Formats: sequence, structure tokens, C-alpha cells
Amino acid sequence: MRLVVDLNRCQGYAQCAFLAPDVFALHGEESLVYNPQAEEGQRERLARAVAACPVQAILADGLDDVDEEPAEAGQETSHAR
Amino acid sequence: MPAEDFLQWLRREGRIVIVGASLAGLRAAETLRAEGFAGSLTMIGDEPYEPYDRPPLSKAVLLGKASPHRTDLPRRLEIDAKWRLGVAATGLDMTAKRVRLADGDEVEYDRLLIATGVRARPWPKESEAQLDGVFVLRTRDDAAALLRRLQASPRRVFVIGAGFTGSEIASACRAQGVAVTLAERGGAPLVGALGGVIGAVAAELQRENGVDLRTGVMVTALEGDSMGRVRAAHLSDGSVVETDVVVVCLGATRNTEWLESSGLGAGPRGIACDAGCRAFDFRGIVTDDVYVAGDVARSPHPLFGYQFLSLEHWGNAVAQAEVAAHNMISSGADRRPHLWVPAFWSSQFGVNIKSVGVPSMGEQIMIAQGSLAERRFVGVYGYQGRVIAAVSFDNTRWLQFYERLIETATPFPLEFPTVDRRPEGRQPVPADFPDPSLPTHGPTVTLSGYSPSDRRLVFTPARH
Repeated sequence: MRLVVDLNRCQGYAQCAFLAPDVFALHGEESLVYNPQAEEGQRERLARAVAACPVQAILADGLDDVDEEPAEAGQETSHAR
Repeated sequence: MPAEDFLQWLRREGRIVIVGASLAGLRAAETLRAEGFAGSLTMIGDEPYEPYDRPPLSKAVLLGKASPHRTDLPRRLEIDAKWRLGVAATGLDMTAKRVRLADGDEVEYDRLLIATGVRARPWPKESEAQLDGVFVLRTRDDAAALLRRLQASPRRVFVIGAGFTGSEIASACRAQGVAVTLAERGGAPLVGALGGVIGAVAAELQRENGVDLRTGVMVTALEGDSMGRVRAAHLSDGSVVETDVVVVCLGATRNTEWLESSGLGAGPRGIACDAGCRAFDFRGIVTDDVYVAGDVARSPHPLFGYQFLSLEHWGNAVAQAEVAAHNMISSGADRRPHLWVPAFWSSQFGVNIKSVGVPSMGEQIMIAQGSLAERRFVGVYGYQGRVIAAVSFDNTRWLQFYERLIETATPFPLEFPTVDRRPEGRQPVPADFPDPSLPTHGPTVTLSGYSPSDRRLVFTPARH
């Protein structure tokens, strides 16, 4: 799954690093490092990270399957907090 | 055909050609489809790859967190385009409305978008540039080759030019425990983009992280061994640094040569266009079927005195491509201007550096929040009594606020107190940008009032 983060928008809230730690990580206090080609096994976590980003800075494709159930993903996201 | 009928026809069955298959080209193509363009779309790119993202190449990739060949850009939607990849455009006939390709083919268009971007400026001495172990970093192939070499435990990496790319490479080397020397002609790293006050902070940061930083020096020669591998770099202060990898980070050159003699207003500083991304021809007359977007474009910006700005910024490529695509298939009244406030980021030595506005126009700087000593601050740049830019080190959440101040031409120096302004930040000080006629590396914004078609433009150092 390809993804890109608009780092102009990113403000380092680190929700993505929380929800999909194998894809996103903070390097230092607030700079984001991510793997632009996430593993297939990260699909669900990535979808949650995309949904949870407060500034909607993450664009990913290949998430359609998960997108069809936004309610469920949202619920689990709130559990994760 | 009346203009409105032509547009209807264009949207339905016209031919749009996009030269440049990177970020700007892709986002333009997506915007065209999203806005209902149903005609034929051709994407031409000189690299054999579909559009990929470049910022990770000097960051996540060199840190070993991403593969250089897997930074493909995600798609916003299916663009149903004809891809001509691995073949460069070599000429443009504006009268016949054709783009000539390197393989001899010609592609006809009704509307053309040029998004050919920039390429890395190579080491000027060709025989030295060809030594084994000498790299530039712009493409994914560059990144893959450099990464391989870094993973082979070099004794030392020598980086020429301490702009953003050079500094990021030095940062990645240190993170991997590789010895690195960084040579910069200016007085400090990042000085061309952010000035000497911030440059001093960057210098301290680099030295603390073990970078052997040499400022105020030029590299006079690269020396190879009998096998043609680079073995040392010679500096203008007489010193010699032994190294097995050299990375040349001397900024970028705009890809406009293929437009020579096309009649378009294209030159070394880019392709001039109006605020709606329509290219100018060499007589300064706006074309109506040739558009430009991304690093290769130069357009007037009202926030910055209608100066023609050329921005090598990721966000600019996206925003300008969207405006260009929209305008290509819209009638006059529906067209939009490209008035994006410049913004960029860099991440090095674990510090998140971001900026809005055009710092290099700044005369003075004041630290509005935090402090330089803590390396966590917002610096605000003033130009002729107004706020013109801001830079943050690990303080990105404030930037939006300062962006608003730039957009509304708020008076400088700032009069309001901020919650965490330290005593040192109360007074503006000179921003300390180098003499603009001296090249410093990687400023990411070209401020110029030069004629874009002036191909005689030659750099003449003012001092030395």
C-alpha cells in the first residue's frame, strides 16, 4: 500500500505513530519518519492512522476494503486511545 | 469555434499532454479527471518509473526506514492515462502543437502542461564527477546507489554543500555511525535558505552530532586513485580530506533546455507564467494552451511584491498543479490564481525544521517563541516593516499562526508578547543572509527579476 504524508500539514500529533507504529515513527521530538510502502498486514492499522490524523495529512491508496467500514474502524480507534 | 464551445469539446474529447511524470504531473492529471476531463491524457516522463515521492530519498531511505524503489506516490483516483515513461521530451513546436520525444515520436496536444522540474547540479569538473564514489541525490536511482555505498561501511563520506539535501545526508550518515565531512562555501549550513542567525544554530547542531563541518571553504578538486575511485577532496584552505564517498549537493538546475528555440519564455531560472499558470512566450505574451507547474515554473506572487518566484517546494508542486489543471479546462472567469504561501520542511539530526513565507527576503529576524539555545523556537523574518516569513525548529504547531500574519502583512517587529518569548527574542536582529550574488546551496526559492529568456545569465561572484 502506497502512502504519502503531507509534511507541510503534519504537526507532529503522533496519532499515526501510536496507531500504526510499524509504519510511522517520530525521529526526535516531532519529525515524522514513515515507510511509504506499508506492508499488507498493516492495512487496518494504516486505515486507522489515516482516519485519526487531526490534520488529515496522510494519503494512502489501497485502503478501500477497510474504508467501507469506517464506523468499526472509528470505534476501535477510540479504544486505542 | 466560440471559446465556450471549444472548452466543451476540449473537456469531452480534447488531448492533454503532461510533460513531467512526477509529483506535479500526477496531481495535475488527477485534478483533470476529478474535474471531469474525459479526453485523452498522455504522461511523458524521462525516468522509467511512475511518479514517486522524493523527500524520503534523503531522509527515511538513507536512514534505512524505507526502500528507495518503493516511494511511489499513492493515487487519489484512477487517471486512465497513456504513459510514455523512460523517454524524455526533446522539443516543442507551439505552432503545430506537438511535443517531440527522444525516440523520434511526436505527440500532439490541445493543451500542454509542462512540469519537468529540476535536476541535481553535477560536480562541474566532468572527469572528477565521473570518479567512482561521486554521487548526486535527486532520483531514486541516485538514492539506491548512494544507499548501497553507505551500507558498505565507507571510512568517510564527504558532502559538498550544506543546504537542506547536504545537511540531511550528513544527518543520515551520523545516525548510521558513518564519519562525515560537510564542506560549505557560505558561513554556515542552511544559510542561503534561512540566514546566518539560524545557520549558526544548524552549525552547532551538526558539530554536536559529530559532523566535521567546514564552512567558508570551497572544494577545489576531487582526487581519484589509479582505479578511478575517489580517494580525497582538496579544499581552498589547503586541507585535504580522505574519503571514499563524495555527495555533491550544489542545488538544482531547471529542466528547460528542451524548450530552447520553442519560443517559450524558458531559461535557466525556469518558465515564466502568469498567476493562472499560463506560460509566457519569449515576447512576454501569455499563451493560452501551454501551462506550467512545479519546480520549473516561475510565477508572480502578490504577497512578495509580484516578484516571479520559483519554488522547489513539495507543497507548491501540489498546489500549482491543481490550479494549472483546473485552469486548463476552465473558461476565463472560472480560472483561479496560484497564490500559495511558500512552505517547506526538513528533518535532520532529529530536529523538525519548517518554514512558511520567503525567509530569504527577510532583512531582520526576531525569535518570537522559545530560544535559539534550546533549539526549539519560532523565528520571524521582517521585510520593510512587515512579517515576510517564519521558521520553526521543533515548534511546528505555531507556524499556521505566523502564516496568517504573513498573509495579512502584519507589521514587523512583532509588538505583541508571546507566552514563551525569552529575553533574547525581544529585539529584531539582522537575519544575516549572504550576499545574493554569492551562491549558497539549496535555498529552495529563487527570487529573481531576471528575464527568463536571458540565456546569457552568468554568475559573477561579488567578493573574493
